[in-house]
Formats: sequence, structure tokens, C-alpha cells
Amino acid sequence: MDNLLWIFISALLVNNFVLTYFLGLCPFLGVSNSLETSARLGLATTFVMLVTAVCAWVLNTYVLIHAPYLRLICFIVVIASTVQFIEMLIKKLSPALFRAMGIFLPLITTNCAILGLAIFATNRGYGFWEGIVYALGAGIGFTLALVLLAGLREESELSNIPKLIKGTAMNLIIAGILSMAFMGFAGLFSST
Amino acid sequence: MKKNQSQEEFIKGIWRDNPVFVQVLGMCPMLAVTNSAINAIAMGMATFFVLVGSSFLVSTFRHVIPKQVRISCFIIIIATFVTIADYTLLALVPAVHKELGAFIPLIVANCLILGRQEAFASRYPTKLAVMDAMGMASGFLLALLSLGSIREILGDGALFGINLFGENFEPWVIMILPPGGFLTLGVILLFFNWFKLKKDEFLEDVAAAERGGN
Repeated sequence: MDNLLWIFISALLVNNFVLTYFLGLCPFLGVSNSLETSARLGLATTFVMLVTAVCAWVLNTYVLIHAPYLRLICFIVVIASTVQFIEMLIKKLSPALFRAMGIFLPLITTNCAILGLAIFATNRGYGFWEGIVYALGAGIGFTLALVLLAGLREESELSNIPKLIKGTAMNLIIAGILSMAFMGFAGLFSST
Repeated sequence: MKKNQSQEEFIKGIWRDNPVFVQVLGMCPMLAVTNSAINAIAMGMATFFVLVGSSFLVSTFRHVIPKQVRISCFIIIIATFVTIADYTLLALVPAVHKELGAFIPLIVANCLILGRQEAFASRYPTKLAVMDAMGMASGFLLALLSLGSIREILGDGALFGINLFGENFEPWVIMILPPGGFLTLGVILLFFNWFKLKKDEFLEDVAAAERGGN
């Protein structure tokens, strides 16, 4: 139990996917201009990450022990098609949920955070539940970073900023400061 | 004419359409592995190989690949090359491979590579596609190298592992940690913005002067 909690907090704060591993930066910089969109994107990403963790576990346990060199191709193909399938399923079963995160699902599949999650979980030899908890932590951590940046950006729209720094340059510097703040969490596990 | 065009495709990737500084693509590997110049070069070379290889294949088979499933085909081609690069690096330079870790397989998810296949390689003849890929990949390599050098010099006081400043230099450790990546790239982009702003102002001045003259 302790171990699972440790994995969750580590993925959520200490090794935050966006601010420490630089994964999923494209949506991080591209979509984070409104709070609502980023919250929905974060929800959809968390969901895809959970699906990914299950897929990665199934592949690692039953398929890839026979052919480790096919790992990358397998991950991509299986994750993409599973997400597509689930997207259709959601569209049929729950139109409201589909409206909330539907358009993001196909986009997210090619996001490096998703593939990164599968690869990291494999490299660390996580089992089924560890993988699920890791995905949950990483997804919520991604949402957290996205929402924080979106909030800061919405504020900055209203203030007077030199034309020179507006745009990606400012977002990167904000992200750098956020990342510095998240480094403070590194002390949480100094004993382990 | 033809030679000029392929030269043009090569050069635009290095400066005018530089994938990192101008198009802001491929950020994930860009920031994650540039904490030393050696890592940056290894990453740049791997990306170079993957981009040129897959552009070559995609543009050679561009009439065969069905339109509806082209993205999946591109991704499978790219993933094949990335697997080759991954195993090659593991065999040749195990130390660097260990340091780059999961970021080598993650080249697959680099939007720069898929973007070039979709925007260029699947539409143009093989020779032009390869030139374009080489230009883009060189631009990416240059960007990685400049970012990696800046971060290593400031954060470690060294370049390629060779100490530059002697004993008295107090390393600016934050630069080789994750925040340093964001900050360095932010400042470089700021410089590029400034450059573009100045150029626009200059062009406006010239236009105004011409109007005044008439």
C-alpha cells in the first residue's frame, strides 16, 4: 500500500510529467490558453493514460516477452486502436462524456506523454496495479500543470506585457518558474 | 533550376524555418536531453537518421500508401527507424544510451518528424524530400547543440566534459536541471522574437521611405 502511494505522489508531484520530464509539451504550450479547455484536455489525457497502462501491461505480459524488439511498434499500434475503439464506445454510450473530451482523444494518442508513460512503466517493471496508479498520478499531474499554466496565461492576457516577450517565449519562462517551484517537492522522499 | 531548389530546401530548414526556434516543434526531446552537449549531439544524430530515413521511404512509396491510412503508415515507418536507432546506440555507445534512456524511443512522438512526412515527404519527389529532411534535421541538431552547450557551460562550467573555467567557477546548477531547459529556450526564443521585430520595423521603415519618395 505504501509503495502504491509512493508511486502516485512521485508521478503527481516529484516527477511531474510536464515539468520534470518535459513530456506532452505540445498540448501544454498549445492548448493552455483557457482554463476550461485545459481541464477537459487533462481529463481526457488521464483517461487515455489509464487505457495505456492496461494495454502496456497486457502487451508486456503476454506478447512482448517473445519479441522485445517489437515493443515500440506494438505500443503505438495497440494504444492508438484501443483509444479509437473506446472513443466509438463512448460516443454510443454517453454523448455527454463524449462532448466533454471526445475531440481530444485522437489527438492525445500521438502525444509523447502517453508513449512515455508506457515506456517508463515498462522500464521500471511495474505490475498491473502499480501501472494503474502510476498512470493516474501522471495524468492528474499533467492536468495540474496544464491548469496552472492556463490560469497564469489567462491572468497575463489582462496585464500589460511588452510585445517582445508575448507568446511562446513567455510561456516557456512561466513554465520554467513553475518547474522550479515543483522542484521543491523533491525533498518529500529524501529518506527513501 | 533543380539543383537550386534542392539547395533551397536544405537551407530553409537550418535558418528560415528552423524547426525549434521558428516553428517550435519537437520540444519534448529538445528540452529533456540537452543538459550536456554530448547528449544533445547523440539525440540530434538519432533524429537525423530517423527523419532522413523515413522521409526517403515515405516519399519513395508516396503513390502506394493509401490516403486514408497514411498517418498510421508513417508512424509505423518512423517507429521502425527509431527501433533501429535505439539498438544501434545501445550497441555503439551504451553510456550515452543509458543517459538518454526512454527518450530515444520517444523520438517516435516527435511532432517534427511526423509533421515533415505529412507536409513534405508525402508530396514531393524523393530527392527533394531527402534534402528537406536533411535540412530540417540539421536545423534541429544545431538547435539541440546550442541549447546543450549553453546549459552545460552555465550549469557545469564545462563543454563536452572539458572544464572551461577552472576551480573558481561556481556552477549554476539550475541550468542543467529541468527548469534551466525551459528558461534557456525561453530566452533564446526571446532573442529570435527581437530579431524578427527589428526586421519587421526595418522593412516598414523602408516601405515608408519609398512611399515618401514617391
